[in-house]
Amino acid sequence: METTPSIRVKDLTRQYGALTAIHKVNFTVNPGEVVGFLGPNGAGKSTTMRILSGIMSATSGSAWVGGICVAQNPHEVKRKIGYMPENNPLPDDMRVVEYLRFRARLKEVPGRQLRAAVQEVMEICDLARTARRKIIGTLSKGFRQRVGIADALLGDPEVIIMDEPTIGLDPHQIQGIRKLIDNLRGKHTVILSSHILPEIERSCDRVIIINRGRIVASGTSAELREEFLPGNRFSLVVEGTDTAVATCLAQRGLDAAILESTLLAENRSRLILRVENDGDLGPQLMQALSNHRDFTLHSLAPREPNLEEIFLAATKRSWEETIETKPKITA
Amino acid sequence: MLFISPPTYIAAVLFLSLMGFLYWAILRGMVNTPSETLPTVQFFSIFWIPVFFVVPLLTMRSIAGERSIGTLDTLMTTPTSRVAVILSKFAGAYLFYMLLWTLTIGFPLLTQKLFPHAAESGALLELAPLAGSFLFLATSGLLFISIGIFASSVTRSQLVAGMLTFTTLFVVIIGGQQMGNLADAGGDLSSWAVATVNYLQIFEHLDDFSRGIIDTRPFFYYASTSFLLLGLSTLVIEAKA
Repeated sequence: METTPSIRVKDLTRQYGALTAIHKVNFTVNPGEVVGFLGPNGAGKSTTMRILSGIMSATSGSAWVGGICVAQNPHEVKRKIGYMPENNPLPDDMRVVEYLRFRARLKEVPGRQLRAAVQEVMEICDLARTARRKIIGTLSKGFRQRVGIADALLGDPEVIIMDEPTIGLDPHQIQGIRKLIDNLRGKHTVILSSHILPEIERSCDRVIIINRGRIVASGTSAELREEFLPGNRFSLVVEGTDTAVATCLAQRGLDAAILESTLLAENRSRLILRVENDGDLGPQLMQALSNHRDFTLHSLAPREPNLEEIFLAATKRSWEETIETKPKITA
Repeated sequence: MLFISPPTYIAAVLFLSLMGFLYWAILRGMVNTPSETLPTVQFFSIFWIPVFFVVPLLTMRSIAGERSIGTLDTLMTTPTSRVAVILSKFAGAYLFYMLLWTLTIGFPLLTQKLFPHAAESGALLELAPLAGSFLFLATSGLLFISIGIFASSVTRSQLVAGMLTFTTLFVVIIGGQQMGNLADAGGDLSSWAVATVNYLQIFEHLDDFSRGIIDTRPFFYYASTSFLLLGLSTLVIEAKA
């Protein structure tokens, strides 16, 4: 039997007057998946998330959460969603435990289970011992984010939507939040947005790249690499000229192109190669480049393009595709 | 949120100090120049002074404050309905407003306790005008607080909400009285206009209530306008979440 996707979005469009924030966005998220929403500022990430959580209505198109249409039954959809908005707004005058109990009541957690539910989310987010009775206004940014995530987890929602959960955090705090998200994998469907690429790459099973209101790419990091930056890449440090290396590779029948060349010291440079041949390229390259009189090979390493490069390639392609049309997408 | 925020208590302290002072001033005035009206009636006839600052202070934060810090968004993602949000904001502010007025019963009680011989006990704590005035405060409070809630729902700035509430209250309370004065001076208004102007006279309502004349028209006026304003506030947060 086919399972119902946790989130299904079809041709979703939202306009603010003459501005189109998102245009015909389509995607599906399966239960238990952690999906990253990636895009530059103003790409339409928050708008999509706000529509999914029922705060805002779409101009056209439909969205379903747990098989329920957001536009037709927003009340029911809200029972299935835990949402942490951008900047994580919290009331500064309340204590952590008071706030979470208040939120649990709003989320219709039954009275008998209320204390246990609040205690559970505080433990998951590591708030139970350290910040239980603290006033929210006095908490550090990292703890505030934890309170926001704890709130999103309350009521055991099927889908958790987090808009920029790690913004403004230091590396230790980011690591803490990442571990927390890892713990949610499998139990909840998680959508998180970020414009910090390593963040998404480490935490998410799948990435959706959005730019100027349109989805420009979607898939796992490996799939995106294959689509946007195909071929094998190697990074090597050589003492000698680029042309000597290129000639040597051509002579050995390797279809290689030098993508980047950085001068490290006098006569020594770092080259990024893209090789189109199949098979085990590492040994072939080492054999081809060693013991050559025109240059000396110092190091050779395979180079996996990171999400940053994929992102740049994907957004660049989308810019080129839309450059002909009238620019109309912001937000 | 209302009961944990400092402005609420500042409003309460200001209200009780001011009303205490005014009560004392009324009593002093009565000692110097004997008056026919009861101190209670005189005291409640200046209800508009605290209303002008307490109502904006109690309501300006309710929705505008939540909107400006962004907690309105998180509130809207819970399965709570918009109507429930507005009604609970209204109920919180209204009950606190009535609590403050109820505390003013302490003034005659204290006077009686401290100076049992100085004042005739019946005059200070006569039940009928007290009950009438409280009934007036309870019904007019519906309108005043809903004006505040509506003003708070249309903006994200607490300051704007406060000013809007103050101005609207001023127009509703003083404007009605001024229209009454104009009607009296001109004397050539058609009968329906006179009826409309009388219908909006808040001070007349207080007079009637404290004399024990309980009319259904003021009830209808306050309840219907308040219902309308709260309904509009619900629509506003629905559209402007």
